[in-house]
Amino acid sequence: MAEPESSTAAAGGSRLRNACGGVLCAFTLLLIGVLAFSIRLFSVIKYESVIHEFDPYFNFRVTQFLSKNGIYEFWNWFDDRTWYPLGRVIGGTVYPGLTLTAGTIWWLLNSLNIPLSVETVCVFTAPIFSANASWATYLLTKEAKGTGAGLMAAAILAMVPSYISRSVAGSYDNEAVAIFALIFTFYLYVKTLNTGSLFYATLNALSYFYMVCSWGGYTFIINLIPIHVLLCIVTGRYSSRLYIAYAPLVILGTLLAALVPVVGFNAVMTSEHFASFLVFIILHVVALVYYIKGLLTPRLFKVAMTLVITVGLAVCFAVIAILIALVASSPTKGWSGRSLSLLDPTYASKYIPIIASVSEHQPPTWPSYFMDINVLAFLIPAGIISCFLPLSDASSFVVLYLVTAVYFSGVMVRLMLVLAPAACILSGIALSEAFDVLTRSVKYQLSKLFDDSPAASGDSSAESSSASTVSTNSAKNETRPEKTETAPKEKPSKKNRKKEKEVAESVPVKPKKEKKLLVLPMEASVLGILLLIVLGGFYVVHCVWAAAEAYSAPSIVLTSRSRDGLHVFDDFREAYAWLSHNTDVDDKVASWWDYGYQTTAMANRTVIVDNNTWNNTHIATVGTAMSSPEKAAWEIFNSLDVKYVLVVFGGLVGYPSDDINKFLWMVRIGGGVFPHIKEPDYLRDGNYRVDAQGTPTMLNCLMYKLCYYRFVETDGKGFDRVRGYEIGKKHFKLTHFEEVFTTHHWMVRIYKLKPQKNRVRGKLKKLKSGSKASSTNAAGRKKNPWQ
Amino acid sequence: PPMPEDSIRVISAEKRIDLTSPIVKVFLTLKLENDATAPEASQVLLAFTPTEVEHLAIVKATRAEGKRKKKIYVPLSVKASDLAAAPNGARLYSILLSTPLKPAEVTTLEVFYALTHSLEPFPAEITQSDPQLVYYRDSAVLLSPYHVLEQVTYIKMPSNRVESFTRVDPTSRAGNEVKYGAYNNQLPNSYVPILVHYENNRPFAVVEEFVRKVEISHWGNVQITEQYKLKHGGAQHKGVFSRLEYQSRPSISGVSSFKNLLARLPPRVHSVYYRDEIGNISSSHLRSDSHKSELEIEPRYPLFGGWHCTFTIGYGLPLQDFLFESDDGRRYINLTFGCPLLDTVVDDLTIKVVLPEGSTSPQAVVPFLMEQYLETSYSYLDVVGRTTVVLKKRNVVGEHNVPFQVYYEFNPIFMLAEPLMLISAVFLFFVACIAYLHMDLSIGKS
Repeated sequence: MAEPESSTAAAGGSRLRNACGGVLCAFTLLLIGVLAFSIRLFSVIKYESVIHEFDPYFNFRVTQFLSKNGIYEFWNWFDDRTWYPLGRVIGGTVYPGLTLTAGTIWWLLNSLNIPLSVETVCVFTAPIFSANASWATYLLTKEAKGTGAGLMAAAILAMVPSYISRSVAGSYDNEAVAIFALIFTFYLYVKTLNTGSLFYATLNALSYFYMVCSWGGYTFIINLIPIHVLLCIVTGRYSSRLYIAYAPLVILGTLLAALVPVVGFNAVMTSEHFASFLVFIILHVVALVYYIKGLLTPRLFKVAMTLVITVGLAVCFAVIAILIALVASSPTKGWSGRSLSLLDPTYASKYIPIIASVSEHQPPTWPSYFMDINVLAFLIPAGIISCFLPLSDASSFVVLYLVTAVYFSGVMVRLMLVLAPAACILSGIALSEAFDVLTRSVKYQLSKLFDDSPAASGDSSAESSSASTVSTNSAKNETRPEKTETAPKEKPSKKNRKKEKEVAESVPVKPKKEKKLLVLPMEASVLGILLLIVLGGFYVVHCVWAAAEAYSAPSIVLTSRSRDGLHVFDDFREAYAWLSHNTDVDDKVASWWDYGYQTTAMANRTVIVDNNTWNNTHIATVGTAMSSPEKAAWEIFNSLDVKYVLVVFGGLVGYPSDDINKFLWMVRIGGGVFPHIKEPDYLRDGNYRVDAQGTPTMLNCLMYKLCYYRFVETDGKGFDRVRGYEIGKKHFKLTHFEEVFTTHHWMVRIYKLKPQKNRVRGKLKKLKSGSKASSTNAAGRKKNPWQ
Repeated sequence: PPMPEDSIRVISAEKRIDLTSPIVKVFLTLKLENDATAPEASQVLLAFTPTEVEHLAIVKATRAEGKRKKKIYVPLSVKASDLAAAPNGARLYSILLSTPLKPAEVTTLEVFYALTHSLEPFPAEITQSDPQLVYYRDSAVLLSPYHVLEQVTYIKMPSNRVESFTRVDPTSRAGNEVKYGAYNNQLPNSYVPILVHYENNRPFAVVEEFVRKVEISHWGNVQITEQYKLKHGGAQHKGVFSRLEYQSRPSISGVSSFKNLLARLPPRVHSVYYRDEIGNISSSHLRSDSHKSELEIEPRYPLFGGWHCTFTIGYGLPLQDFLFESDDGRRYINLTFGCPLLDTVVDDLTIKVVLPEGSTSPQAVVPFLMEQYLETSYSYLDVVGRTTVVLKKRNVVGEHNVPFQVYYEFNPIFMLAEPLMLISAVFLFFVACIAYLHMDLSIGKS
């Protein structure tokens, strides 16, 4: 914290202090970056350098394609190995930011002859971008509350568990780069708002473009910034800086966003973006009003005002009525399902089972707040208070960001990720302010203690002068514009750009409010410092624990610790490797959609459905097949050209997230499209049971049979360790499927569809009549989509 | 015109065929005599059928010299002969004698040869519970361009479960060994086909493609990366694979399948890894002592007939164990040829020796004929690239695991190239930073 020193004698000393502070700050930032990177390496050290979970496998596969075939092929990529027989246009339906980033890094390294594999680059992309994100947090918080708060916030963000959960090494997902882009865009917005520089406004639009490329969460930006602009206008904080910060962002940002194929015309057509346009109009109206106000005399202005308002209101109502009519005419009211479920938390579970079936789309529980942001939850209120002392454009933005993020995190556990940076910024501000007050008190008390000794007079005078200059709580915030003002005088050739100098003139320097010196007693402040350090210590311990234990498992390799050492369950990769080497390249594999991405990426086989749940009917078809009896299921699969069916079964080793536990979604999604699948048929007393009390429909469906085929022979009883009871139907044969592979711990079982039987001449007649009877029967009873 | 070798007669021949492993190993003892009237003979011919030639991995010959206790075996070189083909397309190989065979001289030659892919599974498809039966085809009498006076053939099988064998009297079977002969006075180029049908459950591990990359760093490490494309070359697995049967009845279920392999690596290996394209494979054990290191690896899944898998093994070795300086000032690296997996056949073997950047005049010294060429590969921060010696050979068995050398010239100054490059890059970066901080790029006056 450099305070302006007007005396020329002290100028040299302050310059040195500035330089030292700058170097120290840069070094701290470097260390924070290293911390952010290395805390995410637990997964590599404890497990291995491998891509995690589900979506990252898809991103990895796309990156592989990009690095192999180049950017043009990537844009035109029609993937025929997924959603068979529909396929998927990857180039037009994927957010390309992450892929392009990792692809560029890979290309850069390879052109320097550093032969890292695409996989390695992908694994370490997330940690690298976490370091970037913590630097961006520093910049944003610095704009709001000064360097100290910035460093604190950056350090907190570097290890916040919520963000770690999405960015450990190997977690190669959009969020990894998107959070950086989000914070950086906010930083550039606030920077533009503080400086009024068109340069930063342009950068802001570019950064927003990167965010649009990276993640669907960009709508958060394009709604939050308008809200903030509106807030500024309403609270009378309109300025030309606000105009520069917002208008170019909307124009350039929208144009750029429309360049991203997956967004395209959505950037102007969907409701998510309307707020920004509306605020854009309002901003112009306000700008016009301010302009006219400057031209006219106050009396004339009042007359003009009333005139315009009456006419304007009429026009506005007409326009709004048309808009509402237009929006209402579309079935989803112009909002996509995912966004609607944000506004109405119950929407998804009511109407879209496929969204509800994803655990990360559920509302979070209270413990998950404590798990994910830990002590920050308690520091945030203090941060908000200090943001209001005084309220600047930047700090109001931070508060607004926090408030909206809290709401969204309450809707969907996944959006906790958006809350985390806001929580870190505010906690950083709170901690920094608290330290500031406490250390200042200690310093003041100490200087008072030594005041009588003349030897230390020079020192103490400097001390006291610093104490008095930083006497207000908000000193840092106030001194920042001053610094930019004084800096050029001191050293004209310094890094400060021209724009910044202009800005310094345009920024209205508020008169320093004289507040009473906030000094606490010595003991209280020392105790306070200690307590804060302990609090920070708890936070660090929790973060390290979360990074090491909770979030580092890659989920494709499971481990369990028993008396005789570590036991590794590598069944998923065993199955995928088997599929990849021992089946035909064009064979189709059916499984529940969770395993689609992994199958295409690891086994390189065509799948019917995958984690990109774009076609509900197709998923419902697979769900229907899984919940149908063997014959019907065989027909459905055969009509889809499926050769292998893959099920995940945890009953032998007690792996709880297996297909039987996911079965309710198969029934629900299947039944949602094909009404002959009725959920009550599978339920006994409102539960899905596979023990002796299970319904006959349940015990005869394909999923049950494929999971428990010959299971009883393992222990003689058929005890399912996940459900904790013996299975209902123990001995049965498969007639239309045959087991071709089961992994070591039985976690993945692969079955092959038996070929159609040859028609025997004598039986032909009987068969025909039989099938006819069954088909008419089926048609009469229930609608079967495959006939 | 009669060739000089026509004068040679085989006094007695003993052929021992070892069928216990998937590789057919034949030990041939020939007692030869040169005709008293004939000139000196400098080579002895061996005859192989066209199928045998196709599957012939290696032929080695030694000659017993000296009498009784002072008997020593001198290795002789063997090469495909360019003499006109024998009847029915049989091909001739010639053993070059170290000292010519004088008229009326008698000598004893020990010949060893190995045939790969010569056991034909029959039935060609088996289920999980079936044992694997194979056919072996050969001749009861020795195929030879010479007159054979007396000859016996022994065929040794892994167990006494022998389905059938052709009888060519006198033929006898004792346990797991079948004896054909003795046959007397066979004319040159006689061939009496026989067929042995027996049970062989040894792992038919076939490495279809093997690529070993040896990277030499003069900073003290030799990094070896081996890529395997493995296949079970036995009878095709058919129908169901039941993990239940496989786990609960290991003695009768999947007897011909295999789930682990042993690789013999040099001593003092470090940083060993075993992975495939989708990540680490956690089932491997490394045992090492001062003489050798043994790496026991398990593929992700047991391999049944016709199943494939791929994996990569990598390890580092201390440089001083392998890199030496020859008398003429050149350096050479001394490595073992072939594949470290025991009892496997390698169909297609490639060894790439990546010499350090700046090496010149590479030369490979290998004891057998093979395809060789040079290429350039790029690794960490290379500018001119590293000279790479590529050696390619087909049909490689364990007997090929012999040392070979690659000689090259290297100036140690090149070791510093990359560190200096990095230092100058960082230096330039700082200079650029300083320059930027001291420049005023603004257009207007402040």
